[in-house]
Amino acid sequence: MAKEELLRVENLKKYFSTHSGMLHAVDDVSFSLAKGETLGVVGESGCGKSTLGRTIIRLHEPTGGKIFFRGEDITDADKKRMKELRRDMQIIFQDPFASLNPRMTVSQTIEESLLIQGLFSRRDKEGLRKRVHELMDLVGLSERLVNSYPHELDGGRRQRIGIARVLALNPEFIVCDEPVSALDVSIQAQILNLMQDLQDSFGFSYLFITHDLSVVKHLSNEIMVMYLGKMVEKCSTADLFRNPRHPYTKALLSAIPVPDPDFHADRILLEGEISSPIDPPAGCRFAARCRYATDRCRQGDIPLREVEPGHFVACVLD
Amino acid sequence: MNGKELLKIEDLEIRYETDDGIVYALNGVSLHVNEGETLGLVGETGAGKTTLAKGILRLIQTPPGKIVNGKVYFEGKNVLAMSDHDLHQVRGNAISMVFQDPMTSLNPVMTVGEQIEEVIAVHNNSLSKEEIRERAIAMLKRVGISADRIDEYPHQFSGGMKQRVIIAIALACNPKLLLADEPTTALDVTIQAQVLDMINKLKTEMNTAMILISHDLGVVAQTCDRVAIIYAGRIVETGNLRDIYKNPKHPYTVGLLDSIPSLTRDTKRLKPIKGLMPDPTNLPSGCPFAPRCNYASSACSEAVPELTDRGNGHLVRCIKDISGKEGQ
Repeated sequence: MAKEELLRVENLKKYFSTHSGMLHAVDDVSFSLAKGETLGVVGESGCGKSTLGRTIIRLHEPTGGKIFFRGEDITDADKKRMKELRRDMQIIFQDPFASLNPRMTVSQTIEESLLIQGLFSRRDKEGLRKRVHELMDLVGLSERLVNSYPHELDGGRRQRIGIARVLALNPEFIVCDEPVSALDVSIQAQILNLMQDLQDSFGFSYLFITHDLSVVKHLSNEIMVMYLGKMVEKCSTADLFRNPRHPYTKALLSAIPVPDPDFHADRILLEGEISSPIDPPAGCRFAARCRYATDRCRQGDIPLREVEPGHFVACVLD
Repeated sequence: MNGKELLKIEDLEIRYETDDGIVYALNGVSLHVNEGETLGLVGETGAGKTTLAKGILRLIQTPPGKIVNGKVYFEGKNVLAMSDHDLHQVRGNAISMVFQDPMTSLNPVMTVGEQIEEVIAVHNNSLSKEEIRERAIAMLKRVGISADRIDEYPHQFSGGMKQRVIIAIALACNPKLLLADEPTTALDVTIQAQVLDMINKLKTEMNTAMILISHDLGVVAQTCDRVAIIYAGRIVETGNLRDIYKNPKHPYTVGLLDSIPSLTRDTKRLKPIKGLMPDPTNLPSGCPFAPRCNYASSACSEAVPELTDRGNGHLVRCIKDISGKEGQ
């Protein structure tokens, strides 16, 4: 692990104040991400994975903790600095239908980020046109679509626009928030290959957020599993699938339906559903659904421990 | 699994006549389901999966939809030619349906109990109020919800619990056939596993046949006996589960299986299907998959291939004989 660190997050917290109490969306999450690597973040609805991604690039203001980008503490960076930084840290959103302005054409959408960041002047029409075409070419959008509006395009093409818009700035770090969840499998594979190619050629670091374990397995160097705002396990992708240690990870892995009629997983069926993230009780947040839970699990904080080199688990039973 | 034939669809054609042209949603679909059997219907967005399910129950909104041709035999009677009275006996009673979105398919101003009771009452005139309620409670328990929640409203339930309620409604009249349209797509994987497990148990207990509509090849592999792959409104391949997954013969099926990132194998690169689904208002002549197919030749665009039997009830709509899993 002599790789150059790009991003480091320390004890990051994001709480939302709601009518019924404090919602702990992200609670004490720490990790670091090296240049050119992909960290997968998996978890189910409401586990805080999207909030984590957004808080890191300061679309949400963190409640506590620190974010370091290229060694610089950006937790309290002001607006001006953040605007500069966003040239290097970008996000691809989940919903290619909601994340594009319906009244802007493909070229206007892609141009927008170039203009906002001042990479081109509005008068440099020729340069701008060239760059837009170059970007469309990179993401596999044919040139004839340059004046199309989002409603004329299918989900896969829209997601390509979202990617082109991000690429336009040549960022170093990209938060990918479920970028392929809204797409059909045959199109999903096209987009995943594209993202891999781009990483190979430009050396992007991805924080890849998804609920789909087969997608993260395919793309990530490391995977972090979240449950109710907490990181419960983090390790290399190979380790996670070979040797999952946390009971939640085990259940999650066993719940995936595998497209092979001969594959019969010893399915661990979890009882009940995710509990409320509002003012969660002390102890392990998974305890209520965990078949191994004891009294010890419901007392005090469950620390994340390194059980093997590079393999972190937050479980007192391990 | 070799029960009697329960449902037989012959040459079903459904179109939507819109201002932007005629959408050729289903273009001659034939398939059958036996008693107690589960058929997986797999296809991507716009392939015609939901139109097929709605067509079986004559739930296609007309206009713009129109059943142009075909027959749907349920226990030997053609549903498409039934009187409204007879159709009423079938819908919700002998054939029921579970829709994809648990958030919108329940009535928000009725308690879940009332919604289960409603379907029982409609189809069982002779039952007293108490008997109906008793049955509703029994049904609720069967789907794993405690009886004391019967007077709660849908908003008090989570997504997984709502889907359980919807399944309770669908199974309340002991149907012979359940049409489940992406029943777990909106749910998280651990909840999906719970719901699928429950559907499987109930189906076996009640000997209900099911058409499980899904885009998820994993869910289908873990649930179904037979599979039909639908593309651009046509069945392109159908056969028993093993044949389809282990020995796929249609290039589209092969492509679908290859596009999924595998959990069990390590693949450096995915093999997507190139291009996009054809526009259903403007389908290519000949094989609709030809423009995306690695094996296509000029003969492919001349006529739509027939479904041919490759043995063991494995039907394939392709003029080529490709052996699955090999390259070009």
